[in-house]
Amino acid sequence: MKAWFWHHADSFAATLARFARAPVATLFNCAVIGVALALPSGLYVGLANVQGYAQALASDPRLSVFLAPDAERSDAEKIGTRLGQHAAVQELRYVPREQALKELKAASGLADVVESLPRNPLPDAFVVKARDASYQALETLRDELRRWPGVSHVELDAAWARRLEAGLKLARLAVWMLATLFAFALVAVTFNTIRLQILTRREEIELARLIGATDAFIRRPFLYFGALQGLAGGLAAWGITWVGLQLVNGGLAELSELYATRIELTHLDAGDSASLLLFSVGLGWFGAWLSVNQHLARIDSR
Amino acid sequence: MISFSHVYKRYPGGLEALRNITLTIEAGEMVFVTGHSGAGKTTLLKLAAAIERPSSGTVIVNGQNVGALRPRAIPFLRRNFGLIFQEQKLLFDRTAFENVMLPLAINRFDRREAARRVRAALDKVGLLGREKAYPVTLSGGEQQRLAIARAIVHRPAILLADEPTGNLDAGHAADIGELFRSFNRVGVTVIIATHDEAFAARLEPRVIALKSGAIAP
Repeated sequence: MKAWFWHHADSFAATLARFARAPVATLFNCAVIGVALALPSGLYVGLANVQGYAQALASDPRLSVFLAPDAERSDAEKIGTRLGQHAAVQELRYVPREQALKELKAASGLADVVESLPRNPLPDAFVVKARDASYQALETLRDELRRWPGVSHVELDAAWARRLEAGLKLARLAVWMLATLFAFALVAVTFNTIRLQILTRREEIELARLIGATDAFIRRPFLYFGALQGLAGGLAAWGITWVGLQLVNGGLAELSELYATRIELTHLDAGDSASLLLFSVGLGWFGAWLSVNQHLARIDSR
Repeated sequence: MISFSHVYKRYPGGLEALRNITLTIEAGEMVFVTGHSGAGKTTLLKLAAAIERPSSGTVIVNGQNVGALRPRAIPFLRRNFGLIFQEQKLLFDRTAFENVMLPLAINRFDRREAARRVRAALDKVGLLGREKAYPVTLSGGEQQRLAIARAIVHRPAILLADEPTGNLDAGHAADIGELFRSFNRVGVTVIIATHDEAFAARLEPRVIALKSGAIAP
């Protein structure tokens, strides 16, 4: 057991030593893998951020019920009572037309334009929070309220969020396609690196076989090499994404200052970071495994 | 320990390297295989070490039929041997110490025990002071002794040497011969292929003479 451990530790140390012996080549290999992985992971980070914002906005869907512009206050009261008694309605807020105009004036910065209007063009409205927030239930409620007399228009706030969600779905698909392509590139890079190593260490492999080395013994250092290279590449990808985010956040800070809001992209969380590293280690190992199997078979075993 | 029975070895292209070889080598014997180059000495050693399989006939090593062995079992059979190759096969990017360490790594020796054995083997061949030297910096005789140290470091039961004195002068060859004799004295079966009749005669061992792939009468 102890010998087994030392053997693995030796393989590991020998792999590190081999990295150190060709620092430039190692650096470039890791950089290639890092760049290849940084593209999909960067996109993923961007997507996760947009998704986060979209969810925050869409998590609380409301129906806006607009009355006809010529409705009397009494009509509004009647509809208010009716809405209040409706089983599907959880919360109800009445927005009289005067208040709506005031809010518009304050929020949009169009005070001058609003002032110049001859009369208030806005209708009375109710903002309804439904008991069941599923899109299906909201749609049913919307269609029902639309048919009520005195109601001119019902707007479902979640509709745009749904459109965004559909768009995000497409973007996620693109990320996965990219990730698959670059994963293939990672495997190919490792495959080639290991192929070169096997060729340069051919004598050693032949000798080891002649004096009783098992295939597992011969394979091990190459697999370690592939996995470690994958790990280094994964770390590089993480670093590249981080640097990219810092740069984008710098730009965003300026932009969000202009819009008087605060937008900041967050980096991969611990789970996603671990997945990225595991993924790259696994692919490096797999590339090495493919290469070793392919090329060791060609070195005469007898 | 090693027995051949009606062994033939043909290579692709029709070359018949060995013809109807039947022989037995007992544990603890010291045997020289002699003959001109091309007589089949190397092929005989390769068959004995399970590096090649016979075309027909059977080769039994330690009670195991080499021709019928599963590929996975072959590495473990080979660990019974210490091999000294005609072309030495030293690794030139590693120090003398690391070269001798390789068989112990393959045999999964404990690290401290392995280092002790490497030094013992280097001491045995008179290279203890050169453990950090790279093979290129060693003389021909020293390289050969390094190859011998690597072959004996894991204390194999059988030592197979192919032309161990190939490019050494008579003085060095005599030293190497003494070295082999000392291994044999502690119970190691030693089989040496050589065309150097003088080297063989001096040690007065059992001789198997090959001529064109067959045992000469």
